[in-house]
Formats: sequence, structure tokens, C-alpha cells
Amino acid sequence: MILGSSVKKFFKDIRELWIIYKNNRLGVAGLFIVLFFITIALLAPFISRYSPEQTDPSAYLEPPSFQHWFGTNEVGQDLFSLNVYGARISLLVGFSAALIAVFIGSLIGLVSGYYGGLLDEILMRITDFFLVVPPIILMIIIGSILGSSLMNVIIVIGILSWSPTARVVRSMVLSIKEWPYVEAIKALGGSDKRIIFRHILPNTTSVIYANMALSASNAIFSHAAMVFLGVGDVNDLSWGMILHYAFASGALSSGCWWYFVPPGIFIVLLIFGFVLIGFSLEELFNPKLRRI
Amino acid sequence: MSSRYSRYVVRRFLGAIIAVFAILTINFFIFRILPGNPIELLFRNPRLTDEQIRALEAQFGLDKPLIDQYFIYLINVFQGNLGLSFFYRQPVTSVLMPRMINSLILVLPSTLAAIALGIVAGLISAWRRGSKTDVSILLIGMSLYSLPTFWLGGIFILLSIYYLHLPVSGMLTYGAVYSSWTDLLIDFLRHFILPFITLTLVMFGEFMIIMRNTLIDVLTEDYVTVAIAKGLSQTKILRDYALRNAMLPTISIIAINLGLVVAGAVLTETVFSWPGVGRLIYDAILNRDYPILQGAFLFITISVVIANLIADLLYGLLDPRVRYG
Repeated sequence: MILGSSVKKFFKDIRELWIIYKNNRLGVAGLFIVLFFITIALLAPFISRYSPEQTDPSAYLEPPSFQHWFGTNEVGQDLFSLNVYGARISLLVGFSAALIAVFIGSLIGLVSGYYGGLLDEILMRITDFFLVVPPIILMIIIGSILGSSLMNVIIVIGILSWSPTARVVRSMVLSIKEWPYVEAIKALGGSDKRIIFRHILPNTTSVIYANMALSASNAIFSHAAMVFLGVGDVNDLSWGMILHYAFASGALSSGCWWYFVPPGIFIVLLIFGFVLIGFSLEELFNPKLRRI
Repeated sequence: MSSRYSRYVVRRFLGAIIAVFAILTINFFIFRILPGNPIELLFRNPRLTDEQIRALEAQFGLDKPLIDQYFIYLINVFQGNLGLSFFYRQPVTSVLMPRMINSLILVLPSTLAAIALGIVAGLISAWRRGSKTDVSILLIGMSLYSLPTFWLGGIFILLSIYYLHLPVSGMLTYGAVYSSWTDLLIDFLRHFILPFITLTLVMFGEFMIIMRNTLIDVLTEDYVTVAIAKGLSQTKILRDYALRNAMLPTISIIAINLGLVVAGAVLTETVFSWPGVGRLIYDAILNRDYPILQGAFLFITISVVIANLIADLLYGLLDPRVRYG
């Protein structure tokens, strides 16, 4: 019953958001880009004409042709199929690492902003630390020690990327908790937990959505960078993996552009899509940034 | 200097020292606690003699409790002893030092160029907010921001193979003999230009967006509206009102984004085989050379903390609210 009504409320929120959001052309473009890649990832077996594992020793490093639209790699795999299947991992990493990051970030932001005092001070020092210390280096090092399953990579990216969300959510909570209705609920005897999750959290969802999109774009970038550098599972078919082999096999330095260019374009487009969504959401909720 | 500023300085210094200790601690525990840690790996080598094992145990204090090992590690670090590289068979410090300088040669000019370009583009964009110019600058900025550094570098390598014919690897031509300093300089610049452009472009995207948003915040302030109403010239408004007030947030945001510079540098150096710390990290991952990884991490994070400290102190100097309390 409660679950049903909160699900209904969630969809009502989304609908209301969409009414404002759909007027933001850049934001809608971003949404379409992301949906496009989700479609490709889901329909991968129907779109690609070869199995991504299938090798053909007689056709290695061939430039694009009618048989192989994106050419072939050094073991004769069809690069078009590899790129289509690669969308799956990149999207998976983007969404799941962003979920972890935003979940931790929001929780820390809420607790830190609401309780204040020493707890806030400690949590914010930790947040600053993670903001300052270059996460990609930590990711590379922890990733290369922990070993490189996809799960590990997602967790490492997630737990090292929450600090921007924590900062923004905290600063929102600081102002929300001064609003009279929060005081009213306190006077009515509402518990801290109830105030935080029922009354403050809903007011920060806008920022959380925006950070979700930006975290996803960061996660996709971090994953591609890690895999490119040889951390992370280079057997998991992803765009970063294609780039890794294009670079490490020397195909790039011998000028095989068809090997190196497409996966990068897809990464850029997908990141760009998420960035557009994130910035548009930010713009919607920060009137000062709105383009008049 | 007022006493308030000196208090501020002391606070920042303390913060930096705590951060350095946190980094050292993380560095210690990551390499000792995580499964498959390098110390364990060291001992799995079946060719080690008993004597060597005992020497290693003494070096890391492995026969002592973890907390003692931690202090042994701290003492070693402060004596500049970061261990021995598995691969180069040299002290980590002496491998790192020259690499650090090579990195700075690439990173410093690129960062400065990116900041300068970012300020100019951000200013134009913010001033013409909502216009076609603004939207196109914003789109360029966002696209550059979305570009993976290593891919952009690879694209320049491809361009170089087919059109530009510039060297794409290293700092100087390997084994070249130069007849004069100018020859050396020209060879260096030919190697320098592509990694420089790559790194600058990637950072420019982010700095530009930051600058634009900061300036828009400033330009919507009442005093700017008043300045426009007074009929002040555009240059005067931008230079004396907007830029001045946008300076502070920009400094602090750039300081926060120094991690970006580092990440960009690691990837750019890897692609162009630039012999800096970034390329060293890539090679260390390939060779499983953990002492080098650990040392490089320490070097990079501590330099970021120091750069941040400098930015903070600068902030204090520029902001009268901190200076006159």
C-alpha cells in the first residue's frame, strides 16, 4: 500500500519534471543519445552480423568494407560487432557505479548537513580529501591490486566518486533544514530519520538526479581510462577494451584509424549525452544559470 | 598581516599535514591489506633464500605487529626511502625524480594555457549569454569535456601519421646527436606540440564551463546591473567588476580540479610515451611494479595537496574578508 503510493508519487514527480525538462532542447537531445545507446545495447545480437568472438585469421586489420563495416582487428574479429556489444558494459558500468556514488554521496550529504557539528566537520574533511586526491590514480592502484573483475571495477569507481554529490546535497540540506516546516515537524515530534528521509530528501531529488547523470558520465570515462591503461578486465568486451588493444597491439601507430576512431566516438557521444542531461537538470533547478 | 590571516595560514597548514598523513596511511594499508598485496607476492617467489626472506622481513618489519610496521613505513618515507623498484632494480626515488621534472615540463604550460583560454572563452560566453555564440562555445566546451584524453591523443597520432608528420613518441628523437642548442630545442618542440595541445584542450573544456558559470553568477549581481545602468563601458564592467569578482571562485575551483590535471597527464603521457610519472605508472601496471606505483601515488597526491595549499593561501591573500578580520 505504502509502496504503491510512493511508486505513484515517484511517477508523478517524473511527469512534473518532464513538463519543464522537455522545453530544454539540449537536455532532450542528451536523453535521446542515451536512449539510442540503450537500444543498441539491448538489440546487440540483432544489429551485429557476426558474433563478437568469431575470429577470421584470413582477414586481420582490414579497413572497412561491405563485409566488415568498421573493418577488422588484429585477430580478424568484426569491429562493428565488437563496438555494438561494447555498449553493454559501458552502460552497465555507467549506471551501476553512478548509483553507488550517488547513494553514498546523498547519504553523507544528508547526515552531514542535518546533524552539523563535529560529525559534519569530519565527514566534510573526508569529502574534501576525496575531492582533492585524484580519484583516477586511486582507482588505477586499487583496481590493479584487487584484481580486475568487472564487479571490482564498478565498486572501486562507485566508492571513489561520491564526493561531489555529498558536497552539493549537504549545502542544500543546510538551507532546507532552516525552513519553518522542518521546525514544525520537529515540534510535532517527528524523528530525525523521518525528517531526513520524508521531508528533506524529497527536496534534494532535483540535485540528486543531476548528479546521477554527471556521475554516470564520469564513471564511463573512468572505466574506459582504467581499461585503456590495462587495469580492469580486458576480456570484458567494452569500448575501453577495443581502444586498449588498438593502442597496445600497435595498430594505432601503424595508422589503423578504423580500429581506434569508432569506439572513441561512441564513448564521447554517450558521455556527452549524460553531460547534457546533467547540465540541463542543473540549469532547471538553478534559475541563475537558465538561459533566458 | 593581521592575526586573522596568520590563524588562517596555520589552519590550512594543519589541514595539509593531516591530509599528507591520511595519504601515507591509505598508501600503507592499500598495499598491505588488500588481497593479493605486493608484500605477499614478494614472498611467493620460490627462489628466495632463507637469508633473503629474513632481510625482507626486517626491512618491512613483518615479524612485528601491523602498527609497528606502519611506523617503520613512515620512518622510511621520511628518510626518502620508498623501496626498490621490482623492474628497474633501483631505488624508487631515483626513478621518480627525473620523471617528475619531465611531467612538469608538459603539465605546467598546458595548465596555464588551458586556464587562460578558459577565462577568455568563459567571459565571451557569459557576456553573450543565450546568444548563438554562447551556445556554440558551450557546446565546444562540453564536447571537449566529454573527450577521453587518451582518445584525443590517439586522434592526433593518426593525424600525424597521415598529415602532420610530427613525432608521436617520447620527448626527443631517440639516439639523436644535436649540432647546436637550437636543433635540440626544435626537436623537443616537435615532440612537445601534440601532447601539449591534447592536454590543453581536455582541460580547457572543463575550465571554460566553470568560468562561464562563475561569471554568470557574478554578472547577475546587482552591482553589475548598476554598472550597466550607469553606462560604463563594456571593457570596464568586465575587467573591473566581473573578472575581479570571478577570480576567487575560479582559483578555488581550479585547485579542486587539480586531480583532473593529473588524470589528463597520466593518459596523455601514456599515449605519447612522454617519459613522465604518468607513463611510468602505465609501465608499472604492465610490469606489476608495485613499489613504483606506491611511490608515484605518494608523489602525485602530495603534490596535489601542496598545490591546493598554495591556492588556499593565495585565496586568503586575495580575499579581504580573510585578510582583515
